[in-house]
Amino acid sequence: MALSRFSSRSNTLLQPFATAFPVALRRQISTDTSPLTVETSVPFTSHLCEAPSRAVETSSKELLSFFHDMALMRRMEIAADSLYKAKLIRGFCHLYDGQEAVAIGMEAAITKKDAIITSYRDHCTFLGRGGGLFEAFSELMGRKTGCSKGKGGSMHFYKKDASFYGGHGIVGAQAPLGCGLAFAQKYSKDEAVTFTLYGDGAANQGQLFEALNIAALWDLPAILVCENNHYGMGTAEWRSAKSPAYFKRGDYVPGLKVDGMDALAVKQACKFAKEHALKNGPIILEMDTYRYHGHSMSDPGSTYRTRDEISGVRQVRDPIDRVRKLIVSHDIATEKELKDMEKEVRKEVDAAVAQAKESPIPESSELFTNIYVKGFGSESFGADRKELRATLP
Amino acid sequence: MSAIIHGAGAATALSTFNPVDSKKLAAPCRTNLPARSKRYIVAGSDASKSFGSGLRASHSQKLIANAVATKTDTSATTGTGHELLLFEALQEGLEEEMDRDPHVCVMGEDVGHYGGSYKVTKGLADKFGDLRVLDTPICENAFTGMGIGAAMTGLRPVIEGMNMGFLLLAFNQISNNCGMLHYTSGGQFTIPVVIRGPGGVGRQLGAEHSQRLESYFQSIPGIQMVACSTPYNAKGLMKAAIRSENPVILFEHVLLYNLKEKIPDEEYICNLEEAEMVRPGEHITILTYSRMRYHVMQAAKTLVNKGYDPEVIDIRSLKPFDLYTIGNSVKKTHRVLIVEECMRTGGIGASLTAAINENFHDYLDAPVMCLSSQDVPTPYAGTLEEWTVVQPAQIVTAVEQLCQ
Repeated sequence: MALSRFSSRSNTLLQPFATAFPVALRRQISTDTSPLTVETSVPFTSHLCEAPSRAVETSSKELLSFFHDMALMRRMEIAADSLYKAKLIRGFCHLYDGQEAVAIGMEAAITKKDAIITSYRDHCTFLGRGGGLFEAFSELMGRKTGCSKGKGGSMHFYKKDASFYGGHGIVGAQAPLGCGLAFAQKYSKDEAVTFTLYGDGAANQGQLFEALNIAALWDLPAILVCENNHYGMGTAEWRSAKSPAYFKRGDYVPGLKVDGMDALAVKQACKFAKEHALKNGPIILEMDTYRYHGHSMSDPGSTYRTRDEISGVRQVRDPIDRVRKLIVSHDIATEKELKDMEKEVRKEVDAAVAQAKESPIPESSELFTNIYVKGFGSESFGADRKELRATLP
Repeated sequence: MSAIIHGAGAATALSTFNPVDSKKLAAPCRTNLPARSKRYIVAGSDASKSFGSGLRASHSQKLIANAVATKTDTSATTGTGHELLLFEALQEGLEEEMDRDPHVCVMGEDVGHYGGSYKVTKGLADKFGDLRVLDTPICENAFTGMGIGAAMTGLRPVIEGMNMGFLLLAFNQISNNCGMLHYTSGGQFTIPVVIRGPGGVGRQLGAEHSQRLESYFQSIPGIQMVACSTPYNAKGLMKAAIRSENPVILFEHVLLYNLKEKIPDEEYICNLEEAEMVRPGEHITILTYSRMRYHVMQAAKTLVNKGYDPEVIDIRSLKPFDLYTIGNSVKKTHRVLIVEECMRTGGIGASLTAAINENFHDYLDAPVMCLSSQDVPTPYAGTLEEWTVVQPAQIVTAVEQLCQ
């Protein structure tokens, strides 16, 4: 068909031609915002509450943005993988590919006033909250243009203006912090909620149960989200938890089990959870998800699970493929256009990596900044501060 | 003393300022706090001051940092002070700060309805409500973490450990989150928490309830540690700690809660990073903090009778050390004795010895001597417990030895 020549060009080139040709011959990617209802892949399982409906309201624009953002996240994680192997990223690097739907679906259901706090697998959550690729890569490579000025690293991404509270290295330690965020929201009557994300490994920490108790006791607007990727580093779920029904662990706190590879299901669940938390207090969401990489870059990821399992999940449940199929079946865009979008994304990521590689490393004086908030002009360098130095503003 | 006059002058300025109406506290809204202009003074321990004025972008505060002179000065010039016990002074400081700023809240075990196990928070729950003076279940890790999370958003919690020893359960939160978040977030978040509680060896409380955690917390980067010893500095340090943007750990002592002293009526604050000159002298510098200050003063009486003139400094700031005051004293006396209640191994005295040796080696005529508690779990039996901590007789012997 003559059309195939045109569809092989990038979208921006097609714009001037669109008016010249009859609309019936060339359809652009639909960015319609009219509602579209899609059913989630599997029904929700609930504990002590009524599960929300399987029919999710979305729109072409939203589905395309899901696709684009998830492709961006996927691409970013793959780029981080190669950067780590090239020894530009050091230390620990925990990748999120496979779990993108959780970050994306959650963002679609909430505002920037709602707080998110998560563990060390935080690159994509940072991106979802509005963080830039350049800041992310700079931070991973320890440059001063990073989101934490290069002093935090992979496990300490934060974005205060978007209410993203990080980025925590110690498993489970973010759960009480999340309760604190929810407490502050209740104290100041913010009408916002806090999503505290943790993994199936962290679900066995005592702090989780303490956090559940205090959140339920004081009706804090806290939503505890267990990203269950079935492996706590090298230990499978069935080997570390007596009860794998993490959504039921709240006992007196209602819970919902969600297919975490389906961005729309995640969106529906988060919307439901936000309404619930503002009225009734805490709720647990268990996102049934999967990570393709190992626990971190030092873990091949195949010693405790088979490659068949990983490729099986990738074929059947991949979040990006699911959205791709939805988009194509609803005629919102063609396969070719989506592939082009992925190419664009790849270019964007590569550009950000190149730019981040050029950024400067932090100055040596940065070693001593941000240890204390500089009060009244005095500085301190640990126990041996040699003099009380004060500068007038 | 000019310090007090200045304090009084600032106090009159304060009287025109309206504290936040307590009704408004029921629904505190972070967005409409009035902006206040700030004046500050940085005081050196020799009472030389420089002051300036400036406006602070975010959380505004009026701070008066007093150089704390000797006790006689404070009570003499204030005239109409009021007498109270140390735990009441802490309560007064806390209450004043809660009145002043609706972001200040208290959380801990039995702080609310029970009034606090040492009565520091007595009556506050009735005045400020259950949310601002929060009774937590027994989960130190969780409620310390909760306080830190709340501080990340702008609240100023005062977290009480019923006994400092229980805070070991919250060590992860204190070390990793409280101390480090300001740094790892590149300055995005400040953690203005105050973690306080009684510690130290009491009267036969047993090993687990007689711990001194100063030594464990001192290496955590990003926190400040202060130890109060008199009602005057207890109230001052409490207020300064609450107003500080940094996380501060305020160490109180179980046996000092019932000390009585007259404190000024007007508002005052003690500088968090400054040591207190308890007794100026010429022959030897004795550095101490918290309860040992009283053992040292008792020994000082004996020493004065024997003809010695010890200079006693209550270091108050355990992290960072006030090497300015300490250094000036060492330069004067050339001999140092550290008397502390911490364990011998890796305690505050150990760090202080290292710091003094490194910085003031040339001024020392004798090696720095450090008297600390024995490296043993505190026994229950009274006599054994007495010998775990440093007694005045030992201090006298040590001074005589150093001054030979």
